Amino acid sequence: MIARPKHQRLVLVILAILAVLGAVLLAMWGLQDRAAYFYTPADIAAGKAAPGRAMRLGGMVEKGSVKRDVDGVTTRFVVEDGEARVPVTYRGILPDLFREGSGVVAEGQLSSGNTFVADNILAKHDERYMPPQLGNQQAEHQAGQTLKR
Amino acid sequence: MTAEAGLAALWLAAALSLLGLFLSILHVRGKLEADRTVRGLAVVQGLLCLFAFAMLLIVFARTDLSVLLVASNSHSAKPFVYKIAGAWGNHEGSMLLWVTVLGLSGAAMAVFSRRLPSRTLIAALGAQAALALGFHAFLLLASNPFARLDPPAPEGRGLNPLLQDPGLAFHPPTLYLGYVGLSVAFSLAVGAMLAGDVDRQLARAMRPWVLGAWIFLTLGITAGSYWAYYELGWGGWWFWDPVENASLMPWLAATALLHSVAVLAARNALKAWTMMLAVIAFTMSMVGTFLVRSGILTSVHSFAVDPTRGGFILALLGIYVTAAFVLFAVRAGTLREGAPFELVSREAAIVLNNLLLTVILGIVFIGTLYPLMAEAVTGEKLSVGAPYFNAVAGPLAILLGILLTVGPLLSWRRESRPVLRKLALPALFAATVLVIAFLAWPQATILTKLGLALGAGLIPAALLPLIGRNPLRTPLAIWGMAIAHLGAGVAIAGMAADSAFTTEKLTAARPGETVEIGPWLVKFESVAPVAGPNWTAVEAELRASRGGGVEVLRPQTRSFSNPPTETNEAAIKTVLAGQLYTVIGQPDPEGRWQLRLWWKPMVTLIWLGGALVGLGGLLALLGHARRAWRRRAFA
Repeated sequence: MIARPKHQRLVLVILAILAVLGAVLLAMWGLQDRAAYFYTPADIAAGKAAPGRAMRLGGMVEKGSVKRDVDGVTTRFVVEDGEARVPVTYRGILPDLFREGSGVVAEGQLSSGNTFVADNILAKHDERYMPPQLGNQQAEHQAGQTLKR
Repeated sequence: MTAEAGLAALWLAAALSLLGLFLSILHVRGKLEADRTVRGLAVVQGLLCLFAFAMLLIVFARTDLSVLLVASNSHSAKPFVYKIAGAWGNHEGSMLLWVTVLGLSGAAMAVFSRRLPSRTLIAALGAQAALALGFHAFLLLASNPFARLDPPAPEGRGLNPLLQDPGLAFHPPTLYLGYVGLSVAFSLAVGAMLAGDVDRQLARAMRPWVLGAWIFLTLGITAGSYWAYYELGWGGWWFWDPVENASLMPWLAATALLHSVAVLAARNALKAWTMMLAVIAFTMSMVGTFLVRSGILTSVHSFAVDPTRGGFILALLGIYVTAAFVLFAVRAGTLREGAPFELVSREAAIVLNNLLLTVILGIVFIGTLYPLMAEAVTGEKLSVGAPYFNAVAGPLAILLGILLTVGPLLSWRRESRPVLRKLALPALFAATVLVIAFLAWPQATILTKLGLALGAGLIPAALLPLIGRNPLRTPLAIWGMAIAHLGAGVAIAGMAADSAFTTEKLTAARPGETVEIGPWLVKFESVAPVAGPNWTAVEAELRASRGGGVEVLRPQTRSFSNPPTETNEAAIKTVLAGQLYTVIGQPDPEGRWQLRLWWKPMVTLIWLGGALVGLGGLLALLGHARRAWRRRAFA
């Protein structure tokens, strides 16, 4: 079929619109159950997070809570936000900036016993970095401090 | 004085952009003959930007601590290469680099695109001047790289040690050349729509810019992926991090544009379609710049935490994109209809390629911005990662790969030969690998299995357009196409192989113990302290053997003092069959050290494929340049 020019232009316009609609629909379908929500320990204490779903937990690593299991590679610690505490287990090498008393974001899921099983720990590589969820003011404050030094 | 000279050059460049914009408007409206003046202004403006950037390099090379930017980001004890790289390893410096590339692109367009009709070229230079003006304003008003610090700091604050890496020193400039090279495609599209001259001549002027930008984007993404792979020590090569997506989105749009501009150049079809893609491609560059530079997203790359800057870039983005879309809406209908083609033809295959790339782009775009939108609307904080992108965009990428085996074999306009017969052998390879995948690696995901099969089919299929041609008389552009498509097949095979065959071992071991991983026996010999120019480290010595020879790997944990930071330096051994990837972690009181080992068969194919894609682009660019030169020589 040789499409007449007018016809061909119309087909192309329709195809472009369908592509954009298709992308939006596919994305909405995909985001329904694949987005990982961010929770603080207080959210988890309030029962907002469902066990078994991929999520992120953010807060401070409680001082004195970091313990290593006998296998040498499993670490247990507590993430707190001043209101609540959540125990976390993580099997792997902790990132370089993981410290007691500093900010951390753990990716993983809540087990039925309300322990957070982390697949990945994000503590940022830059001392100026703070997860935005934990507040930018603190990062700016620190940056100002170091500059003055 | 150096800093002041740089700042003065920037102000002057901004003023010349304004003048250039003004004169180009008068010229296009026919009120004034300003062709030569506008072109000259574009060149001078580009050179002034280059001068300002050179001044920034000088203050960084000298570690001039009376400049705020140097004091905040550099340090006198840093190796010289990283002092220089530090000039663009921060927000202000990288924006200056961005503007410099933008200015130089305008200058190059003024010099090299003379075959275009004068009205089109001057309108395009006017668009480029309007872009430059906005980003000059951003630099001068919100991100002055030359601000002084009074009194000067006694010592600088250092540079993020993660950025002290040869790969990363040249990664941002490469990506910027790609991002900003697309600005020329945007300006040419705007100019052509204003002047009403969308034709093959325009496509021929636009193609080298799109190809060039696309080559830099391809290489920048490939290098960035390898950097993340060895530097982060997580064993992964793509994390769907917003900043990675920020570079992927312009690449997807540029890939689509590259193909449609080829249709416009060869067949004078897909006119409005190509103009739209040119607008979208540079829009994605600006979206990428906005995402990275506004600090709105959490990432290693986000330095700025200043909301006014994000707002400024967002406003610029809004103005340029709205203006371009309005122009498109007004002018698209007036463009002459392109040449017709049939349902089974190369044009139709490229339309399908464009549609698939656009849908993938939309999916990546929505997934990247969804967390921002959700937080703004509902206040909920969330992140979108690999599960979404792989599941939603992955199958479309497979479809695109299948299309890639057929498309290049089709003729322009209409296909009447039985083309599918040529694909019998590649299809046989793919089917065999698919059957093997189901039998031998049932645990691999369906996407992985399809990826392996697609790689096996695409690698031979990509070479089919070369068959039956005399290799010496085949145009370079055809070689380029075949090699780039081959590279896509190689990269897909590498990605699927990494996901199917990687084995991982996480353990705590004492020196003297041996760990088994895949075909390797890795003996943990010792740990020892070592020191570098501005860091100290704990270094492990691992001896890996498989059958015959012994390979030595030395992973480290490095501590930097300025600023105080630690990084993991993975040790990677590349052999023909793949890579052995080793990371050392923390010690425990019993004298054991954490070791994380990966055996990754065929993983190197990912970056080899990326490099082949870039090489293919380069060959095509050379081929087109040679043809253009000959055409000029005979004209």
